[in-house]
Amino acid sequence: MTTVAADLLPPNAGVLNAGLLGGDERRQRLAMFGLSVPALVLVALVLLVPFSWLAWLSFFDASGALSGENYARLLRPAYVNSFLSTLQVSAAVTAICILLGYPVAYLLSQLPQRVAQVLLVFIILPFWTSVLVRTYAWLVLLQREGVINTWLKQLGLISESLPLVNNLTGTIIGMVHVMLPFLILPLYSSMRAIDPVYLRAAANCGASPAQSFRQVFLPLSAPGLGAGAALTFVLCLGFYLTPALLGGGRVAMWSTQIADAVSKFANWGAASALSVALLVVTGIILWAMKWAVRRLGSSLGEG
Amino acid sequence: MTSGAVSIRNVSKAFGAFKALDDVSLDIEPGEFLTLLGPSGSGKTTLLNVIAGFERPDAGSLLVDGVEFITRPPHKRDLGMVFQNYALFPHMDVFNNVAYPLKLRRVSSSSIRERVRQALDVVQMAHLSARRVTELSGGQKQRVALARAIVFEPKLLLMDEPLSALDKNLREHMQIELKRLHDRLGMTTVYVTHDQQEALTMSDRVAVLRSGKIVQLDTPKTIYDRPNCRFVASFMGETRMLPVRKAGNGYEFAGRQLKLAQPPSAGAEQWLVVRPERLGWHGHDERDNRIEGLVVDVVYRGDSHSIALKLPGDHEISIRHTPVQDHPLPEPGQTLTLWLTPQASVLVEETGA
Amino acid sequence: MAGRVASSTQITHGQRLWLYVLVALVMAFLVIPCLIIIPLSFSDSQYLEFPPRGWSLRWYEAFFTSDEWLRSAVVSLKVASSTTVLATVLGTLASYGLHKKAGGLDPVVRGALMLPMMVPLIFVAIGAFFVYSRLGLNNTLTGLVLAHTTLAIPFVMIAVSNGLASFDVNLERAARSLGASPVRAFLTVTLPQIRISVISGMLFAFITSFDEVVVSLFISSGATSTLTKRMFANIRDQVDPTVAAISSMLVVLSIIVLVAAQFVRRDGGATGDR
Repeated sequence: MTTVAADLLPPNAGVLNAGLLGGDERRQRLAMFGLSVPALVLVALVLLVPFSWLAWLSFFDASGALSGENYARLLRPAYVNSFLSTLQVSAAVTAICILLGYPVAYLLSQLPQRVAQVLLVFIILPFWTSVLVRTYAWLVLLQREGVINTWLKQLGLISESLPLVNNLTGTIIGMVHVMLPFLILPLYSSMRAIDPVYLRAAANCGASPAQSFRQVFLPLSAPGLGAGAALTFVLCLGFYLTPALLGGGRVAMWSTQIADAVSKFANWGAASALSVALLVVTGIILWAMKWAVRRLGSSLGEG
Repeated sequence: MTSGAVSIRNVSKAFGAFKALDDVSLDIEPGEFLTLLGPSGSGKTTLLNVIAGFERPDAGSLLVDGVEFITRPPHKRDLGMVFQNYALFPHMDVFNNVAYPLKLRRVSSSSIRERVRQALDVVQMAHLSARRVTELSGGQKQRVALARAIVFEPKLLLMDEPLSALDKNLREHMQIELKRLHDRLGMTTVYVTHDQQEALTMSDRVAVLRSGKIVQLDTPKTIYDRPNCRFVASFMGETRMLPVRKAGNGYEFAGRQLKLAQPPSAGAEQWLVVRPERLGWHGHDERDNRIEGLVVDVVYRGDSHSIALKLPGDHEISIRHTPVQDHPLPEPGQTLTLWLTPQASVLVEETGA
Repeated sequence: MAGRVASSTQITHGQRLWLYVLVALVMAFLVIPCLIIIPLSFSDSQYLEFPPRGWSLRWYEAFFTSDEWLRSAVVSLKVASSTTVLATVLGTLASYGLHKKAGGLDPVVRGALMLPMMVPLIFVAIGAFFVYSRLGLNNTLTGLVLAHTTLAIPFVMIAVSNGLASFDVNLERAARSLGASPVRAFLTVTLPQIRISVISGMLFAFITSFDEVVVSLFISSGATSTLTKRMFANIRDQVDPTVAAISSMLVVLSIIVLVAAQFVRRDGGATGDR
């Protein structure tokens, strides 16, 4: 080996083979990164590039000049109303999902694993069934001459058919049906992780079943509930299919507005501004919920 | 005979701020059985993985028979490895596990059958060659893993705590078998363990590691009898360290001048290495070192009694009393006099010389 | 039964009867709409009543004799099978690369690949429609397959990453030490060990594509209409009971896939995998 002036050597050359080993390591990392590249290219093509492109376009008006016109338009009553109704529907659906889902997750988590596994099929089957099929089923069940109205009339409970579909009621029923598994499944697994020994300890300390549920189980399940509720809420915000079919055009959700802006009016500026706004609102809500859940968890723990 | 000389030079590996290997150099002779011994986190497994090619060091060189191996991928190193949990392929039967390295080397199928049978014969597993590996016991898995590692006649055999999952009796039996197998095959073997008994039983030489450095490298007997520092001494056997005081030219314990066979190093802080089995019950000779202790507890242990003694300076030590010994079982409260020969009286410092 | 203790808080079954009733009702609410469509589809009337007054196969006949329905079913099958292959290969490769820790960018890469599962489908729909109109990919099978693959990759990755997390890394190291190249070791040792996760990923990918509606609404039409797109248009415009027949078949398909997933998992458990 010939001698080289010290300042010409790479930083680690003083250490035996360090440069060689460093290069070897970089090559290996690059090869492993390379395995993700085909998938990344696809996600970039279908999602990242078009969405960034649209977001960029949202800052220009029809003539191509930089302007806030697309965002100013979001303040028109039609858009503001759809924004508010999206929040209302999402909040209502999330609340109903919590009321219906929490007891289910709780009971399943208390049952023996074997029994719970069997009962979970009742949650997983709908989860695996096409949303379109389920929405169609609700349409058939809820329509004016549908199964539910027919039965209620036969039972003599009503004389006129109730308007159950093509309105807010139908939309909420259908959305609750789609969203419920998204709340129950994560909540169930977080409740399973709660060691029953805590409840025994509470009972041993003299807590009644109601007390030990409220003071021990509820705070321990709060993070799982928060995560499930946040997931449900965010999925509701961007949900398109069920509102589009069961709302009968009367429930203007954010997602249906975006679809209409593109397919009916070919107004890309409006569609992209709506999408960017939805993305920002979703991000803020997720962040706020995360913060709230943490506060809720700790305050319940202290109380 | 394959050779398999290994020369490790200045190997360093850091995981963040933790130095797993700190400038390690080591030469392994062809045909040698060398054990890397140390507690967990000492770097022994990292060093083995560097040799196998599973861990890329930050710097250093690894020569096998004079060829640089440091950036060579594991599958081109041609060395057999036995893993801690055996790592037998669950989707293959015993035969196919052992045949796997031969198939990769495109050996003809008749030759594969012959060599697999021979390898399984060596580990006495030929009768189970059609078994699924999930149906084997721990000891049988161990043998198959060994057969798979030697079937392609590698230059080097690496073993990562291969016996740690076995129960005590089987482990001791397998130690002897592995040792015999090594003598028969003559493969250079690098063996990793945290069990000092295993290291002493099987090895030609033992390298004791601590915090990524080799603190002592020597034959088992030297390592046990002449530990070069407090760490090595306490890692070997049931050892108590008694602090000694410098007095004039020599050292004293509990007010008595120690008689030593070998002059200690000059360090001020020294410990006397006391191994219970080296303590004699009767002073045969006034040339021996005399240690007195108060019997605190006598506990029945089946094959023997365990006697807890309190030595001057509040040091506790426990020794065995077996029924064949011709002296009576002491009782709590009694004072016992024990003797340590100058040859068995070793002083160590905190760090090795 | 009522006096028996039901949990570690000493509550009895009788005391929480209300809970059992409530949970049973919720489960009925979840499952009945998925299943009721099956008997309805055998009704002989234009109006879907339950229980049907008369039985017939006319809606199934309507489906199997309609060129339009059959053509869209073939489109869906083609797209779903191509998506399954592509998403399984790309998702498995990416999961493996990320499992091996390529570097500091790993969380970003993983996040980007999971994005299609997290953003609203309507975003993917208009985004794909927008970029496809420039690439000429709208109304092509290729366009559908690429979009569906993007949507399916996260599901494959979740399944395969789970499998890799419980895979013993020493098995692959053993193969390498015995002389297998990285590719050889992956194919002969790693892949057979994680096959159950890969198969579940494939099932997820198939269902994701076959059931997908929103994106297909925007990027397919006419001859490339998927089955679900045609169903959507049909549901919106008229209530044609043929859709009930198709829906029933889709429900049965979901049940088959669900059972297959369970079966594969149980079979794998019995042979000592995982």
